Amino acid sequence: MMAALGISLRDPAAWVFLAFAAMTVASALLVAVSRNIIYSAYSLLLTFFGVAGLYAFLDADFLAAAQLLVYVGGILVLILFGVMLTHKIRDINLSNETTNPIVGAVIAGLLFLVLAYVSMRTDWQVVDRGPATPTTQEIGRAFVGKYLLPFEASSILLLGALIGAAYLSRHERKKEA
Amino acid sequence: MQLIQFAHGLLPFLAKWPDWVVYLAVVFLFAFAILNTLVAPLTGISTYIERRLAGRAQYRWGPNRVGIRSLLAAMPITRPISKLADVQPFKFIGSKIPGGLLQFAADGLKLFTKEDIIPAQADKMLFRLSPYVVMAGSFAAFAVFPVSFWCSAINLNIGIFYVLGMSSVVVPGILMAGWGSANKWALFGGMRSASQIVSYEIPVAIALMTVVMLAGTMNMNEIVATQRSGYGIEKAGFLGWYLFRYGGLMIVPFVIYFIGGCAEVNRTPFDLPEGESELVSGYHTEYSGFRWSFFFMAEYSNMFAVGAIATTMFLGGPLPPYPVQFTESLPMLIRFGEGFFWFFAKSYFFVLVMIHMRWTLPRYRIDQLMQLCWKVLMPIALVWFVLMCGIKMARMEMAAPAEAPVVAEVHK
Repeated sequence: MMAALGISLRDPAAWVFLAFAAMTVASALLVAVSRNIIYSAYSLLLTFFGVAGLYAFLDADFLAAAQLLVYVGGILVLILFGVMLTHKIRDINLSNETTNPIVGAVIAGLLFLVLAYVSMRTDWQVVDRGPATPTTQEIGRAFVGKYLLPFEASSILLLGALIGAAYLSRHERKKEA
Repeated sequence: MQLIQFAHGLLPFLAKWPDWVVYLAVVFLFAFAILNTLVAPLTGISTYIERRLAGRAQYRWGPNRVGIRSLLAAMPITRPISKLADVQPFKFIGSKIPGGLLQFAADGLKLFTKEDIIPAQADKMLFRLSPYVVMAGSFAAFAVFPVSFWCSAINLNIGIFYVLGMSSVVVPGILMAGWGSANKWALFGGMRSASQIVSYEIPVAIALMTVVMLAGTMNMNEIVATQRSGYGIEKAGFLGWYLFRYGGLMIVPFVIYFIGGCAEVNRTPFDLPEGESELVSGYHTEYSGFRWSFFFMAEYSNMFAVGAIATTMFLGGPLPPYPVQFTESLPMLIRFGEGFFWFFAKSYFFVLVMIHMRWTLPRYRIDQLMQLCWKVLMPIALVWFVLMCGIKMARMEMAAPAEAPVVAEVHK
């Protein structure tokens, strides 16, 4: 199976890839099945790390660091805060109840089959692994050049979300007082 | 690959092993050696300085006993050598060395032998894991510091961004400690620390991005290289450092960075996460023995890291303050030594400032802390970023009016 996927175990790079991929998949599985929501959240930390490792493996150094900064430093911390500030979170039935396991498994399995089919049918372009080339400049140029409009639109969307969040949290406090 | 060949040359029998095993072993050994020879004494000496200065501030001695002589006297084989300390030349030299220099090593040994207590109600896995996460997050930044001219563990293209990314790993680690301890004080300390780090990350990042924008690179070695010249002088000495460039305008981002840096490593006046009067000792209340020492090593190495980043980004890193290096014509190793000296001297200067601040200033209140971050530092950092952007663009226009900015070039 490894040979079919073009992975040679003689190559140390393959081992790095397999290690990161295994880490990502195993921890993602733990996120889904863990009965303790805190463990789920911390498994997510490993998942983010694995994905960052895969980005670094693909020479996307900027993306890897951004992944750590945004997902680990921002989103994961937000999730942890939400979990830790919730009352009675140690009660498993409240936090991580499993609902409809069969339907979920069927949908996940179908999704996996579709993704596997797509990835097998795609004509992947194989690039020779040369020395790592810096990506930061190209990303910066793409942001202020070709993709300027989507970039600005998403920043306005985020700004709107920020103002909305601030407004909502203010509003609630006034009502209490 | 070079590493593997090097290992094969050193130990021939390794050639029979698979390459990846050898590679992993070599990498781990290197990391182990660096941690033990560089980071551990670095944090140890910082704790020594802190305790001595604390002693001075509180009108007492601080550690002043355990030194080289006690080390020699402790072992039966070297005990006769320790007697030499009473003979004249050594007695004079000994009187000039401050005592207690090896106190940190003795304390480290003591912490090794202490019982590792885990509270019965604690979440045992998270409790055990968190010191490693915190320490790994704070030590990872050391990989890109330019300790001398073009000399860092990796010459990473995204240098400073990598440091910011890795330091964000510390936050989940601290929350892990706070939650795992099953202790309200620890949980409060962890939450405070995390919210503080997350908030202050923003002004800190904007202040650092101002420098990145001016330098045009995130590679720490290249940022150092751009600080060799300034004000139109080829070799400008300290005038080339970003702190003194642009007629002193860069002092503002520097101050914002330093205040934010102190807050990120939970030092006074921002040490609310460990506020003894309120929280016993914050997120590491329940820790003892070696796990506790991991938190402290992380804290002191973080202090050094804040100093090292400030040095690299604003004070020219390993560049000496005088224009021409003394050791220009000497062998490479000695030239490296000069850069090494200046890098560590400048970084330790910031560590000293932080220690003095701790024993001088009272603590902030949590609302004052957040107010300072969001209502004072954030707006100033943003306005200054735009200002420096404008100055740089105006200069580029003046220097080459025909050359259009990058945007137009990509649009074609």
